[in-house]
Amino acid sequence: MHMADALLAPAVAATMYVASTATVGVSIAKLRKEEKKGLESTSKKLPAMAVMAALVFAGQMINYTIPGTGSSGHMCGGMMLTGVLGPWAGFLSMVVILAIQCLFFADGGLMALGANCWNMAFYGCFVGYFLIYRPIMQSNMFSSKGINAANRLKIVLASILGCVITLQLGAFSVVLETTASGITELPFGAFCALMQPIHLAIGLIEGIITSAVLLFVYETRPELLKDVKTDGEVKNKCSLKTTIVILAVVVAVVGGGLSLIASGNPDGLEWALFGNEDAGYNANMSLDEDNFGVSSSAADKAEQIQEKTAFLPDYAFASDGDNPAGTTVSGIVGSAMVAGVAVLVCLAGGFFRKKKATSEKK
Amino acid sequence: MNKAEKACEELRAMDELAAMDSPVHGMDPLSKLLLTVFYIFVTVSFNKYDITGLFFMILFLVVAYQIAGIAVHTCFHKLRIVMPLVCAVGLFNPIFDKEIMAYIGSVGISGGVISMLTLMMKGIFCLMASFLLVATTSIEDICRALRKLHFPKMITSLLLLTFRYISVLLEEVAIMTEAYHLRAPGQKGIHISAWGSFLGQLLLRSMDRAEALYESMELRGFYGEFYYVKGRKANSLSWPAAFVYAALIMLTRLYNISDLLGSLFV
Repeated sequence: MHMADALLAPAVAATMYVASTATVGVSIAKLRKEEKKGLESTSKKLPAMAVMAALVFAGQMINYTIPGTGSSGHMCGGMMLTGVLGPWAGFLSMVVILAIQCLFFADGGLMALGANCWNMAFYGCFVGYFLIYRPIMQSNMFSSKGINAANRLKIVLASILGCVITLQLGAFSVVLETTASGITELPFGAFCALMQPIHLAIGLIEGIITSAVLLFVYETRPELLKDVKTDGEVKNKCSLKTTIVILAVVVAVVGGGLSLIASGNPDGLEWALFGNEDAGYNANMSLDEDNFGVSSSAADKAEQIQEKTAFLPDYAFASDGDNPAGTTVSGIVGSAMVAGVAVLVCLAGGFFRKKKATSEKK
Repeated sequence: MNKAEKACEELRAMDELAAMDSPVHGMDPLSKLLLTVFYIFVTVSFNKYDITGLFFMILFLVVAYQIAGIAVHTCFHKLRIVMPLVCAVGLFNPIFDKEIMAYIGSVGISGGVISMLTLMMKGIFCLMASFLLVATTSIEDICRALRKLHFPKMITSLLLLTFRYISVLLEEVAIMTEAYHLRAPGQKGIHISAWGSFLGQLLLRSMDRAEALYESMELRGFYGEFYYVKGRKANSLSWPAAFVYAALIMLTRLYNISDLLGSLFV
């Protein structure tokens, strides 16, 4: 799911950077606050975060055979980090993993790092923890089966649900970001229909692997896991509420995803805003597609100022206007010359390197 | 060689490239970092049909690679990871955008084909640019540059520590998978019965390792930030050179130089 730079327009990439940087800031502030409360010092947490990040990175190199098929799956890092380190530290570790993957393994682009952090780390750590992992672990589910069996079942449920839902959200964000960047001609609905089912399968397998690892940790050192109660005392609190929250999240994701896939033309958001006159609907919010929004002198002024100050208005420079393709004969000839020069520079560089190598040998 | 070993090799190769000596290696890390980000930003901002204008951007990379003394093809095997998604997205453009935009001889070329090609070129150029940054700058230098930009010390310390520990854990994973496969010949991956215990064992050991690591850091007087060893002295010309390069990149963005060059001859 790592996005390359080419899939994002500068404005979208910058927005995602701002969002991810803000989350990093909040995470650091939260960890400092915990330190001040005397819970755990950040300098003590740092090695654990680093080693866990390295572990997730290395763990992604392990192939797990999926029974009954010839293929293999990988592990989902976000949920495991969250389960062991908590959401704030887990998010920072995940950001560092993504940065190293991007820098040293070319997995995801430098400019797309903000978007990748959001798509994979934000959902995996925060949505995964606050809406799925913690409510499930603190709930009273399966309590009739005894504390141990209940904890095991809750870990399995939380890991699988967490991985599936966070991956769906991540894949959906990839679609949103790419479409907002105007990169692909693929209609929004069709793009969703391509991405979501693939990630449903991936999420399921990652969830099972994550649950297997967390179960092992629970069996051997349960104190390492967050929010796991081992003292036999089950608080009868917010059980119904948490179940409703979980159900709502599942319904929103599955329902939202499916309805978008089902109606490719027009997509849900557009349909809701503008209706679809071709199909006989124009009720909805009955906005005029061409000029909706508020028209006032202040808004016009703001638009003028924005147009003047924008570094890259509509992602294109004025010179692109007349001949967008630039595929005139002279353009092709010029490009051929550029290619020729590029090859020559390469050859010259190779020649000098060889010369240097032979002179060093002597 | 298994996957973990291959990743280890890749890291080592990058470290070796970064330890070489050239004018590009000697540049101030911060200037290189900013220049790379600027290059990527400009490359991505090209119009999706402006294929000839975009093509000129390759010259900046090729020249920089040669000055750095790195062969251009070294970065190509890294393309295998990100290019599939880019290609998958781009391949649909010719299907949906069929408007003919140009003719070569009598063969019409649709807008979709052009936008697909520009998308792939953008993907390759951006990857080449960030590869060059990491191939000429060590991670310590990158972290030092990030500190100069007032990045939180927690992130840079975490980045350095994680980077150092990745090779240790990759090695452990490599040894564990090797041992597993020797005892389970003919199996492609880890059997479902060992899914939990395989990585779980390593997780437990890693947490113990983190504790030991913390104690040793405390004993050496760790106070929240690493001391950075003074790296090599930055070339005094690195900032002017970076500005000239940035200006040339900006000119390329404003004027279609391939087109201008061609019009001299046609």
